[in-house]
Order: sequence, then C-alpha cells, then structure tokens
Amino acid sequence: MRLAAEHPHHRPLRLMVIGTLAGLFSGLFGVGGGSVMVPLLMLWLGYRERAATATSLAAIVFIAGFAAAVQGLYGNVKLLDGVLVGIPAVGGVLIGTWLQQRMRSQSIALLFAAVLVGSAVELVVR
Amino acid sequence: MIGAVLVGLAAGVVAGLLGVGGGVLFVPGLVIFMGLTQHQAEATSLLAIVPVAIVGTYRQDRYGNVVRSDALLLGVMSLAGAGAGVALANALSGAFLRDAFAVLMLLVAAQLIRRTLRGDGSPPAGAGEPAAAARGPG
Repeated sequence: MRLAAEHPHHRPLRLMVIGTLAGLFSGLFGVGGGSVMVPLLMLWLGYRERAATATSLAAIVFIAGFAAAVQGLYGNVKLLDGVLVGIPAVGGVLIGTWLQQRMRSQSIALLFAAVLVGSAVELVVR
Repeated sequence: MIGAVLVGLAAGVVAGLLGVGGGVLFVPGLVIFMGLTQHQAEATSLLAIVPVAIVGTYRQDRYGNVVRSDALLLGVMSLAGAGAGVALANALSGAFLRDAFAVLMLLVAAQLIRRTLRGDGSPPAGAGEPAAAARGPG
C-alpha cells in the first residue's frame, strides 16, 4: 500500500482505470477479469498478491454479475446450464484447492497446459 | 444436464488445483461438451462465475484479505466497461470471438508453463480467482 499512501489522489483514478479495463476484458471474453486486475493492483496500488487476488475476487462478483445480466438482455445466457455449471464448480474449487495443498502439481500443470492448447485448437478447427 | 455438472465440477477442480480462472475453463467446456455457441458460452460462463466468486470472496473476507472499499469502487467503476465489453462481444462474429478466445487460452497455457518451469508450485498472481477462493491465509 506504499504507493497508494504516496499518491492518495491517484487512487480513485487508478481504481477506475483498472475497473474499466477489467470490465471490458470480462465482458468481451466471458471471464472474471482477475488476470487484468491482480497485476495492476500490485503494480499501481502496491497491493500484496493475496490482497490483490482477494479484492479482485470481490470485484468479480459485481463485474461478472452485471456482464451476465447484460448478456441476458442479448438472449445469450443459458440459465439452467449456468446454474448447473456454477454450483458444482464451487465444490470443484474446494476439492482442487484441497488437492493443491497435498500434491506436487507441476506435472499436472504441464499436462493441463497441453490440454488447454489442444482445446484451443479444437475450438478453432471444429 | 449431467454434462453441465461435470463441466462445472471438472473446471472447478482444475481451477482450484492450478490457480487458473474459472471462465477460461467454463467457456471451452460449454462450447465443446455442451454445444453452446461462443456467444452463449461466454454469457453463460459469466453467470457460472458468480457463485464461485461469492463463495471465494466470503472465505477471503473472513481472513481479512479483501480491501472492501477498493473492491466496491472497482466493482462499480467496472460496470461501464463490462457493458461495453458485452456490447463489443455481441458486435463481433462468433468465429472472430472464438479465435480471440483461443489466443487467450494459449496465453494462459504459456503462463502455466512459464510458472511451472520456474519451479513455483503455487498458484499464480494473475489468473487465480477461484483458487484464491479457497486458499487460506497460510
């Protein structure tokens, strides 16, 4: 928070820029926007990683909720699918985090990177 | 129906295990396994992110990691951008959006590989919203 203390008047402006960029990214790609917010909170506002991740997570509730509502107006939201994916995902994250603290995940990370690349190709060529 | 539950569960486990965001997994999962269009998948992913982010925020807030005033300001300030992003997505063709998303997935894969080769086993700073959801103050 050192940066923020040095430039208190820059703080709301920086939060506005970060929020706007994260919102654009989230709305465009259907993701939360954490990958935009976390590094910028650390870089511009002197956040530590843990606080940056936690604070961006709270902001994502607003961002994803609002973006989903606007997408709903366009008729793109499959409500049932969203609920059926989102609720089990909460349990999945808890399981994944539990596993993460108990196993070395390096090889899994590399394997999954390969799955991501494969899925990206599948997405484009299908 | 079972397919959607499996997509959510699997994406959640991977997100928690590797510290990548839920959305980057929900979207391809919904397209490939549920047959949604790119636009539908992105829209539905946004909805699915909400419960994950709510539970994660609750857990993180208990540890005192959430800077509430900033989170509120970020959330409110992001609404215009989020609306514009959604409008932009809907102005683009599904094919273009899909290709752009594929590039995003490759970037996430590259980040995962870089982090792994660096020998840092912990979830990354940037991409880990759901992982952070359940992580303790450790």
